[in-house]
Amino acid sequence: MKTRRQFHKLVAVTAAGLAAPAIFGSKVFAQDKPIRVGASVSLTGPLASTKNGQIGYELWRDDVNAAGGLLDRKVELVIYDDQSSAANVPAIYSKLVDVDACDVLFSPYGANLSAPVMPFIKQRDLFMIGMFGLAGNDVAKHDKFFHSGPWGPNSGRDWARGFFDLAKAQGVKKIAIINADLEFSKNAAKGGAEVAKEYGMEVVFNQSYPPNTSDFSSMIRNINAGDPEAIFIASYPADSTAIIRGVKEIGISDKVKLFGGAMIGPQYGALLGSLGPELNGLVNSHTFVPEPTMQTPAIKSFFDRYTPIAVKQGVDPLGFYIPPFYYVAGQLAAAAITGSKSVDPAKMAAFLHANAVDTIAGKIAFNEIGDWKERRVLMVQLRGIKGNDLEQFRNPGHQVILDPPSLKTGDLAAPYNKARAS
Amino acid sequence: MLSIDILLNAIVTGILLGSVYASLALGLGITFGILHIPNIAHPTLVVAGAFFVYTLTQWGLDPIVAAVIGLVPFYLLGVVLYAFYSAVFERKGGANVLQSLTLFFGLSLVIEILLSLGFGSELKSVSVSYIGSSLKIGILTVPYRLLIPALLAPVTIAAVWLYLSRTSSGTAIRAVAHEERALSIAGLNPASVKRHAFGIATATAVIAGAALIMVGPIEPFAGRFQIGRVFAIVVLAGMGSIPGSLVIAIIIGIAEALVSSYLNPSWSPGVAFAILLLGLALRPQGLFGAAR
Repeated sequence: MKTRRQFHKLVAVTAAGLAAPAIFGSKVFAQDKPIRVGASVSLTGPLASTKNGQIGYELWRDDVNAAGGLLDRKVELVIYDDQSSAANVPAIYSKLVDVDACDVLFSPYGANLSAPVMPFIKQRDLFMIGMFGLAGNDVAKHDKFFHSGPWGPNSGRDWARGFFDLAKAQGVKKIAIINADLEFSKNAAKGGAEVAKEYGMEVVFNQSYPPNTSDFSSMIRNINAGDPEAIFIASYPADSTAIIRGVKEIGISDKVKLFGGAMIGPQYGALLGSLGPELNGLVNSHTFVPEPTMQTPAIKSFFDRYTPIAVKQGVDPLGFYIPPFYYVAGQLAAAAITGSKSVDPAKMAAFLHANAVDTIAGKIAFNEIGDWKERRVLMVQLRGIKGNDLEQFRNPGHQVILDPPSLKTGDLAAPYNKARAS
Repeated sequence: MLSIDILLNAIVTGILLGSVYASLALGLGITFGILHIPNIAHPTLVVAGAFFVYTLTQWGLDPIVAAVIGLVPFYLLGVVLYAFYSAVFERKGGANVLQSLTLFFGLSLVIEILLSLGFGSELKSVSVSYIGSSLKIGILTVPYRLLIPALLAPVTIAAVWLYLSRTSSGTAIRAVAHEERALSIAGLNPASVKRHAFGIATATAVIAGAALIMVGPIEPFAGRFQIGRVFAIVVLAGMGSIPGSLVIAIIIGIAEALVSSYLNPSWSPGVAFAILLLGLALRPQGLFGAAR
């Protein structure tokens, strides 16, 4: 049994221990309870190549905390691995909300993984920033959901409209469309077919294929038989490689002026490095490229810090496509919290609906379902690629912006075969 | 669109793809078809083989040379894996199929995670001069990217089959699955024979891995997409029929290519299983398997 003196000593030591951080800590936050931001990231599984986005989250968190936090509260990230499986997503977000008591949520990556969480977000009336989920809120129409990605309004149909604008300007009358049997690609292809119809183009070939198809020679021959002048492709990284190589092996008609559109993969260092010059001539969507019209001190500073971390972690050292927009997600959340002086979902959402936000990706304003009011998906043409050195992609001139006109840095080189050989 | 060039090219593509499938299924044909060990980790071992080949190609080696170099380490890996499997299950009263499945499922997860940690999650591919060009014969265009890996399968399968049918240790491997006790009476250690067979099966994974990474880029989880197809090939060929698996794989490859060309590529993943169901309905022991 302890004596009263021992008990007093124990109390004194405990009290001193509890008070120590407040007395000696270098960074003092007014309230103990941090603002918790919850997310799932695909750290493993087939989508693990998107995990470099987490560096964007962490850089944002560090910047915010270095500046004193939000509402004088420290910001904490709570991140779980969804293993690239949509089946894991509902449980993760239930835990983030009910157990971890997160104030703000970032969605999983992309439409496939985000879809399962939307009913939960809507039902519980939560605030969420969407991460690259194309048309992610078009069905739920939740008024507290905001996209960090630049898809723009009516994104299911219009996000790749830039490709069709370019095709229209080239006088394309016949177009072929192929897509992977996955949510994002199916949406892109469906929207593309609608825009093609709107522009009076005949879709001479429109076919989907299963994920992880490794040979496209039959499909390329069938496309050639349809004699199209443009080919719109919505694919994932492994299929993108197989398609690019298939075209080189089988050949494609000289009539084809535009080739690409919605191919996932040529935005990433892994494919840029492995395919190298085989990518010349491709016209494809992107979110950021280091062209003069996009370089700002803020985005340059972001990449100056991102690159060494990515190299150390063994993830994409370029990181143009995803990581800046993960940082943007944090900036949107920060703006909503500081602007509304609250972590109340309704107040935060009201602020973002009413105010444009300055981010490293530019000024962003939202419509009623959280789409960017202006589509800012880039259509870039890969050019002048020599060898497989990744560093060349940090220089302007290799990913020339053709669309949108406000960011344009060059004109389309066509036909595709000529641009491919250049 | 029915034109003779599309039809012939589809058939040739199907033969080449089928041959690559046969490479992937060869190791499983030994472990599952002959030893009756449900090694569902085999496709993941193939992916590990592909990463091994990828690593050596970074030093300038050709993928096929890299695969040949990998035969010994992968054989030893297989020997160690079987020793573990045997110690965990067989020496404790026989391997329960469900327990074995759980073990190999866990093993495939461990391999995937190790590959992720070691190589990252980005796609990896090999750059060789012949990848990206094609052999043109009349109206046929045959990509070397498919042709070279496709040639690996008949060579490897012939070598394995000759070994199993013409050598005494190969005969012992075929015998161990049928009558383990008789093998013991003949003075051979069944565990040692099985260990050797498992080593050979795992060694074939590095050859299949070379084929896989030549056909297209790979990532640590690529094996998951092959499990169904390789099991269908082994079962439909008839358990233990190694040459039969080449025939079945080519039939599946041609069927997939024709479905892709003339119907819809989205239906092609179902082709292997449709053929499997049809084949097993007609011949439950598999098309080339002996009735037991």
